[in-house]
Amino acid sequence: MSHTFDDISQQLKHRHRKSTRLKWITMGSLGLAGLFLVLFFADMLNKGLPAFQQAYIQVEINYNEEAETDGRQAFDEELIPIISRTMVRVIPMELRNNPDMIGTSTNEWVLATSEVDQYLKGHRSSLSPEERAAIDERVEAGQVDMRFNTTFFTNGDSKIAEYAGILSAVIGTVMTMIVTLAISFPIGVMTAVYLEEFAPDNRFTQAIEININNLAAIPSILFGLLGLAIFINFFGVPRSSPLAGGMTLALMTLPVIIISTRAALRSVPDSIRHAAFGVGCSRWQVVRDHVLPLAMPGIMTGSIIGLAQAMGETAPLIIVGMVAFIPDAGVSFTEAATVMPAQIFTWSGEPEQAFVEKTAGGILVLLTILISLNAFAVVLRKKFERRW
Amino acid sequence: MNSQAPVMSEQDTPNVGQPYTINDQACHDLSIRVRDLNLWYGKNQALKNLNIDLFQKNVTALIGPSGCGKSTFLRCLNRMNDLIPTVHTEGLVEMDGHDVNAKKMDEVALRRRVGMVFQKPNPFPKSIYENVSYAPRMHDIVSRKADQDELVEQALRDAGLWNEVKDKLQEPGTSLSGGQQQRLCIARAIAVQPDVILMDEPTSALDPISTATIEDLMDRLKEKFTIVTVTHNMQQAARVADYTAFFHLGEIIEYNDTKVMFSTPAKKKTEDYISGRYG
Repeated sequence: MSHTFDDISQQLKHRHRKSTRLKWITMGSLGLAGLFLVLFFADMLNKGLPAFQQAYIQVEINYNEEAETDGRQAFDEELIPIISRTMVRVIPMELRNNPDMIGTSTNEWVLATSEVDQYLKGHRSSLSPEERAAIDERVEAGQVDMRFNTTFFTNGDSKIAEYAGILSAVIGTVMTMIVTLAISFPIGVMTAVYLEEFAPDNRFTQAIEININNLAAIPSILFGLLGLAIFINFFGVPRSSPLAGGMTLALMTLPVIIISTRAALRSVPDSIRHAAFGVGCSRWQVVRDHVLPLAMPGIMTGSIIGLAQAMGETAPLIIVGMVAFIPDAGVSFTEAATVMPAQIFTWSGEPEQAFVEKTAGGILVLLTILISLNAFAVVLRKKFERRW
Repeated sequence: MNSQAPVMSEQDTPNVGQPYTINDQACHDLSIRVRDLNLWYGKNQALKNLNIDLFQKNVTALIGPSGCGKSTFLRCLNRMNDLIPTVHTEGLVEMDGHDVNAKKMDEVALRRRVGMVFQKPNPFPKSIYENVSYAPRMHDIVSRKADQDELVEQALRDAGLWNEVKDKLQEPGTSLSGGQQQRLCIARAIAVQPDVILMDEPTSALDPISTATIEDLMDRLKEKFTIVTVTHNMQQAARVADYTAFFHLGEIIEYNDTKVMFSTPAKKKTEDYISGRYG
């Protein structure tokens, strides 16, 4: 018995309604996910962006003899609570280096305390009402200015909030990542090349394969414990050093690099391998001259993403002691260092209001770097994408 | 029977009655001698007791229905089957007095003397020049740039591609048309100066004009090289091959001078296949 179009349309109506409903549900979940992302970024930007602004106050500095021993003597007494302690500290040193300056006076813009800074930004501040009035007066007189916070990028950590910066953490991150990449990239790529191009397909290699995939799913803190037990306690690698942290993160990045390298190698068509074998290449020549160059963009992409993941990792580094207080960044692989996520973690535990802002600011810097890295990986992949 | 010819007498073969050589072509020099070749993919036997003599500077075509083992047999000749882990081979494939399957035979050395052209053109994703010069440089056939240039030109001329690409040697090999790519692959194979060139359905991915060009090329190349080609195209076998072997279910049913085979096939199966009754 045949059906008329009307019969069939009647049935189809129900099915169409169902698929429309499903479409809305999927779009709804996408919208929800997007909303969370927007909220997160809005919150971070709202909290973090003020961190890139810093209050400066124009003050008169009198270089007198007492100031050589007590920096406070160079400033008007009422300025002491509102200018940064770091300014006061440098006066005696300046005078010792340039004794001629004694007896002179200058008008300079100096760093305000974080409390003044927070007050001006409209946040909670511990300034007394009199101090607030004094600040307001100075604002009227044009003696207070919000400037771009270069200190945040040129300084290491400090207990003085307005003087704390992210530089030592950035340097520590770079050093740690150098170690991570130097270890995990060659080992990871070589392992993948062996598994993909040389190893026979038997139970043993299958077991290795499964375990590598499992390794990628292990909680990162376990890698930290492993690093602590093996690298620090057994091999005596200095605690808190970029070497210890980098090696620990290398363990974590290794499976990511192995898996992405294998995928990249597998995407090179066999016809290329056959062509190379056909002209008499040895296995290693096939890999080195033909397969690896073609797989390189994919390998790079995977490695960058693995590196970005390692860069945002905190837990294993806390275990190996990379949450140290590092005011001055030393460029050394064996001295104590800290990394960006650990710095953010440290700041998030500080009670002062100014550090809330620093925390969000640090997150913004870290996010910017991570997003740039991932974007770079995407660009790399798009640029070298090849069709056979 | 000419006693100086490298033709085996009937007693030499355990499979009496199985055709594997051509008695009336004794004047040709033997290139590759295959005796009792068996090959398994895991537990499936793909080649059964193959015996065949392949002659120098001739074109031998391997024909037969799909899955009959002709490509597998072709890959035995340069041990490309080694790349498939489940393959197991027994029997003799002899070239120049050496057993190709022997432990001490280096497959790299073998593949230098037995080149290969594949079904789908597969130039390296490098420049045209690099495609041709890579293997000779790797084998230390040439080291000086001038020699290398000369060899590239010679190989491309032999492959009938020189006039089309001489002004764009640095362009990628993959930018050429399919037929040109296949000739580039032939140039790549002959650049290492092999004795034998294996062609695995070299024209099946090409249009009729490119196919004709490649067939002409094979005709010219046999002055310098022994060519063994697999083809699904009976007319092609008739046009280009001096000898033809008909494969069926992993066995060689008939092996003879192409003209003889296509005019008066000895076996019923061959006749059926050639006349298009099946396959």
